[in-house]
Amino acid sequence: MSAALQMADRPALAPGYRFQWEAAQQAHVLLYPEGMVTLSGSAGEILKRCDGERSVEQICVDLEIAFPGADLRGDVLEFIADARDRGWLRVDG
Amino acid sequence: MGPPLWLLAELTYKCPLQCPYCSNPVDYTAIGRELDSDEWLRVLREARALGATQLGFSGGEPLLRRDLETLVAEARGLGYYSNLITSGVGMDDARVAALREAGLDHIQVSFQASSAELNDWLAGTASFAHKLEMARAVKRHGYPMVLCFVIHRENIEQVESMLELAAQLEADYVELATTQYYGWAWVNRGALMPTREQLVAAEQATNRFREQHASARMKIYYVVPDYAEDRPKPCMNGWGSLFAVVTPDGLALPCHAARQLPGIEFPNVREHDMAHIWRDSDGFNRFRGFDWMQEPCRSCDEKEKDFGGCRCQAWMLTGDAAATDPVCGKSPRHELVDEQLLRAADVLEQPLLFRNPKNARRLSGAPGEDG
Repeated sequence: MSAALQMADRPALAPGYRFQWEAAQQAHVLLYPEGMVTLSGSAGEILKRCDGERSVEQICVDLEIAFPGADLRGDVLEFIADARDRGWLRVDG
Repeated sequence: MGPPLWLLAELTYKCPLQCPYCSNPVDYTAIGRELDSDEWLRVLREARALGATQLGFSGGEPLLRRDLETLVAEARGLGYYSNLITSGVGMDDARVAALREAGLDHIQVSFQASSAELNDWLAGTASFAHKLEMARAVKRHGYPMVLCFVIHRENIEQVESMLELAAQLEADYVELATTQYYGWAWVNRGALMPTREQLVAAEQATNRFREQHASARMKIYYVVPDYAEDRPKPCMNGWGSLFAVVTPDGLALPCHAARQLPGIEFPNVREHDMAHIWRDSDGFNRFRGFDWMQEPCRSCDEKEKDFGGCRCQAWMLTGDAAATDPVCGKSPRHELVDEQLLRAADVLEQPLLFRNPKNARRLSGAPGEDG
């Protein structure tokens, strides 16, 4: 489960998971069978980009453009690896 | 006050099965006209506007509603994550495909036992072979296979073979849910309640299976019976906290079993919108928060963890819906739960009353249409 994340990996939501904006909570959420996680702002920004098309490297670059000046690479890698280990994301090379 | 994140739509009390542990009301045949499609669509929209995200379609058997696909499609369009809780009876491959197409997210198929003989006896219908087929169909259409077994004295010794059956079917999730004593299960509790020895053996069998299949991907949920515990379950995560049920006839309830509670007039979706029901109705405010509590709950440092337990259980066992759930070791009436367990240990020869219109009329003494 905890193999190292590769920069070329292309994370995507795992089957059965749905990511959406919830106006009532003013937050992005992750929905799955009989459950929900309310995401922090930064978690929402990362998961939004996990579309199976973008690589981890591209997601980092994207975020650096969207939030200039922030040193976020380490946090992004950590979050994606953690989300994968929780079963939220599927990672295909 | 947060939103009603979980909406359970009990579409119908009708069911082709006759399980004696059903949580539906005993007098279900006397309950009025079902909501029609337009009424359900309005309920879905109103609850979604309040922030509901998880939606359960349940019953009875929700597949009996011909408009299920319409409701599922609307739910998907509104942004719900929708779950179908079904016996599999009334389903076929084409219907699974249609539900998938409509946007259903998740299906849970219930089994009564791991053998055809016991399953079909408990269900009151020859359904086991069809359930196996439907479990496979669900998976074939791209859903995870989620199986649920309700456990009681008559089938608890099959726990190991239930897990083996689930593994053989390549289930993704299997839930072993010990019977909760509401509705028909309450009437039949003398015959359904497992003995302490049976409970211990079942838990050991589950743990043994887990160890032997440690690498398997199948996830096992074993829901322990609260009668055998020393602290109550945090029922519904607190009354009116995140859960709302709408019954087939439109009653809005804070839990499945609440309609039996005396002295509370629960609102009906035919007369009020969900925003009023959730925020302002007496029914949803009655046991919300902590102000309604008596001692020992009122001054208890665990009240924010278990919310005083289950109001329906308090009512059924003590006659006071505002009492501490007697499952709690701190309840002055805890002996009432021990009495129930002792009765189980005696293994009284109480015949099972199957859930069907004839028995419903017999138990409630009320006339009603067949259902």
